[in-house]
Amino acid sequence: MTQKAYSGAAGSSTFAGSDSRKYNYFEPAGRRATLYEDVTVDVQPDPSRHLLQGWIMAFADGQPTYGEYMTVIKCADWHVFRAPDQEWSRTHYQRQSHIENTIKMVVDNARSDGAPGRFAKPWVNVLQDHFGALKHAEFGLGVALMKAQRDGLTQMVNNTILTNASYKLRLSQDITLYLGDIGLDITIDGDAGKKAWMEDSHWQATRKAIEAILAASDHMEIYFAVNVVFEALVGEVFRSGFIMRAGPSFNDFVTPAVVSAASDDYRRNLANTLTLLAMVNGDAASGAANKKIMTGWLAKYLPLCLDATAQLKPVWMTTGARGADFGSALADAKTKFSEILAEIDVSLPTGTAL
Amino acid sequence: MAGDLSLTKIVNQKGISVTEATKRIADLGWAPSYFEEILKYPTDYKVEKAPKDPMKQVLRSYFPMQEEKDNRVYGALDAALRGDMFRNVEPRWIEWQKLFLAIIPFPEISAARSMAIQAQIAPGEDLRTGFTMQMIDEFRHSTIQMNLKKWYMENYVDPAGFDITEAAFGKCYATTIGRQFGEGFITGDAVTSTNIYLQVVAETAFTNTLFVAMPSEAARNGDYALPTIFLSVQSDESRHIGNGHSFLMSIVKEPENLDLLERDLRYAFWQNHAIVDAAIGTIIEYGTKDRDKNKESYAELWHRWVFDDYYRTYLLPLEKYGVKVHHEDVEAAWDRIVKSNYVHKVAQFFSFGWPVAFWRIDGMVDEDFEWFESKYPGWYNEFGTYWENYGKASLPNQPPLMYLDSGYVYPHRCWSCNVPALIREEFCVDEVDGELYTYCSELCRWTHKVAFAPEYNGRPTPAMGRFSGRRQWEECYHGWDLADVVKDLGFVRSDGHTVIQQPHLHMDSSKMWTLDHFKGLEVRSPLLDLRAMSQADREKHIAQYQAGFTCKPL
Repeated sequence: MTQKAYSGAAGSSTFAGSDSRKYNYFEPAGRRATLYEDVTVDVQPDPSRHLLQGWIMAFADGQPTYGEYMTVIKCADWHVFRAPDQEWSRTHYQRQSHIENTIKMVVDNARSDGAPGRFAKPWVNVLQDHFGALKHAEFGLGVALMKAQRDGLTQMVNNTILTNASYKLRLSQDITLYLGDIGLDITIDGDAGKKAWMEDSHWQATRKAIEAILAASDHMEIYFAVNVVFEALVGEVFRSGFIMRAGPSFNDFVTPAVVSAASDDYRRNLANTLTLLAMVNGDAASGAANKKIMTGWLAKYLPLCLDATAQLKPVWMTTGARGADFGSALADAKTKFSEILAEIDVSLPTGTAL
Repeated sequence: MAGDLSLTKIVNQKGISVTEATKRIADLGWAPSYFEEILKYPTDYKVEKAPKDPMKQVLRSYFPMQEEKDNRVYGALDAALRGDMFRNVEPRWIEWQKLFLAIIPFPEISAARSMAIQAQIAPGEDLRTGFTMQMIDEFRHSTIQMNLKKWYMENYVDPAGFDITEAAFGKCYATTIGRQFGEGFITGDAVTSTNIYLQVVAETAFTNTLFVAMPSEAARNGDYALPTIFLSVQSDESRHIGNGHSFLMSIVKEPENLDLLERDLRYAFWQNHAIVDAAIGTIIEYGTKDRDKNKESYAELWHRWVFDDYYRTYLLPLEKYGVKVHHEDVEAAWDRIVKSNYVHKVAQFFSFGWPVAFWRIDGMVDEDFEWFESKYPGWYNEFGTYWENYGKASLPNQPPLMYLDSGYVYPHRCWSCNVPALIREEFCVDEVDGELYTYCSELCRWTHKVAFAPEYNGRPTPAMGRFSGRRQWEECYHGWDLADVVKDLGFVRSDGHTVIQQPHLHMDSSKMWTLDHFKGLEVRSPLLDLRAMSQADREKHIAQYQAGFTCKPL
């Protein structure tokens, strides 16, 4: 075999630029670029950075593929944002796969042990109707976020919203499949959750809030409404404040485990959201206006979400679960909500009380 | 149930069936009654029938499957390093990856954004999981490709060009075509962009040349990483093709959609041909050192993947639904490849423009000439002198070939596909909204003037997009000094003096071009010059351009 006269390997020759082995067109947030930054930053170009010719396609009204017109929020440099969860596709698949495999293991083991058969009858009804209704709320949030991931002004913003959508859509399917699986062991009407979602008075205010989010067209408004308002005051209250706390008192260790991943999803998505919102609210030129806009969004979504939680209150009461008290769950949520607003320096609308 | 323990039950505990699971998941959506959702990205198509899910896969199985695919990919990268891949890789090949991998992540992520649009216009939720998986797949593709590029940068002998990759993508004379591709997936009519341009044509017709044919060539050049990644990417494409076909079937039976389908299939097929064949054809044919005459040429690959697989088995059957398929467009694309030497002319243009590239373009030598002549008889007569000139002018002993009297005429750029008008006899011009534009072909002229217009066949098309912005790269630097252009582009190595792009593979600073070699050379925009001409001069210029040129030996 003839030996080649050259090598294509790093270091085999030294010449101008032969040691330039880092992406050098962006400023890392830290001392060195992370892998997340390397595979994410600037993939969606921007005329304010490297896009020499600007966007070369437009809509019929002349607006380009991307532009500041996409959100009412203004920021001097959207590219500063980095998601705290540093998620890119590989870590996303690893985490989602880990969750799916864990849920499968928990549910398979519970079913083989006959656990669903030991769930108290009133609790089975709760799972069938109310946990079944929740899957539609989660789906709605996923759909809204999936739509929103088109419009962010940087790759970092859009990918963060994308993974949030993925988490929500996964959760809605997890609940669907879980109820289907245990429905092979105990009697669960697979249509009851949808019926409750569409007709049950407990859920109509929640559906109204979700539909308001779905009707929004500003991606920043959607992201804000989902993670700052709905999840804090409705989603987490029902998942953590009811399902996870009440389940054990009805011999159910399975459902809390299935839904527990959602709390961790939210923790991560909230951190991403607050980092983004704090960035735009700290913007020297537009921060004050941005905060005012967000207060306006609160005026829109806060009453809807507080009403949603209030209408769900009887679900706690009729169940009579030990360890799950609506009042304390809501109080915890309101405390957390206030902390969230403090984090992004947004005030409640005038005259509004939690 | 507890108490019924048996070995069979332990190992065969059944879950909900896939059919039942997908049925219930499709029922997660509902018709809102409290607030009405506004369609943010409208379409002129009638979209009323819900597309069906052909794959019936749920996220519970999707995520572990993708994780496993990733594990194989990243394991293979580690193995390639342990096997000392870069010692034997062909630099000619890796250099072209600086261009390709700069381009491709943006169209990929645009395809993810495209799913936001398509999922909103699709009635029902049957295909929601399909759209969701495609969204996440495309997120995977863009990041996995960015990671591959980083890996090349860290391990290949000359990292310059990889190190500026996304900045270069936004600035280079050759990457505009990739931006046209990516923006086309997310801008304008929602059906045109997401379904026809992306799924029905780009993914169904052309990803095989992108993600199957190109990996084969990579392996022949000692690059085992790219095939691993791109075949993994292609394994996702079958889902996307399924999404596209399902959506297409949901709109094809509406009679009022037929003329729009005819328009969009023409536009999308022609533009995909112009863009993908330009880039991938060049990389496969001119980025390789493997000259095995038994392997297929790009033309042969195109015939297999595009003509046989796509045109005959996918496009033609649409006629039974009343869709007018323009057979002559497919024939014309084929003729451009085999009779008009489209790919070779693109390679010629890329190499001629090397001073504003950000990768090295290796010249062709005798072994290449022999292979091209055997695969494309007559090649040497048309291109031999050019490549001999290219070789003679590869070291910085004279100005770059672009500024020598070699007979080659820097081409006009097509306003529609953004590839230059390289088949000179097909060059044409037209006025749109009172402004003069240049095109590579009659179909690209039609695309700009007729397809991307406020009405089509007498019907209003308010959702259709527009071509906009500074589409012609040369306009940005009209009248500039070449050294200033390259500095402005940022295509300069870390010493601040030597340029990244080189018309050779010498890894030796003494043979490399610097900014000094570019000083005093002017860049001009053929379009601006054409617009500045009198009518008579313009007509004369066009006739001369269409007559072509002859390269003369240096």
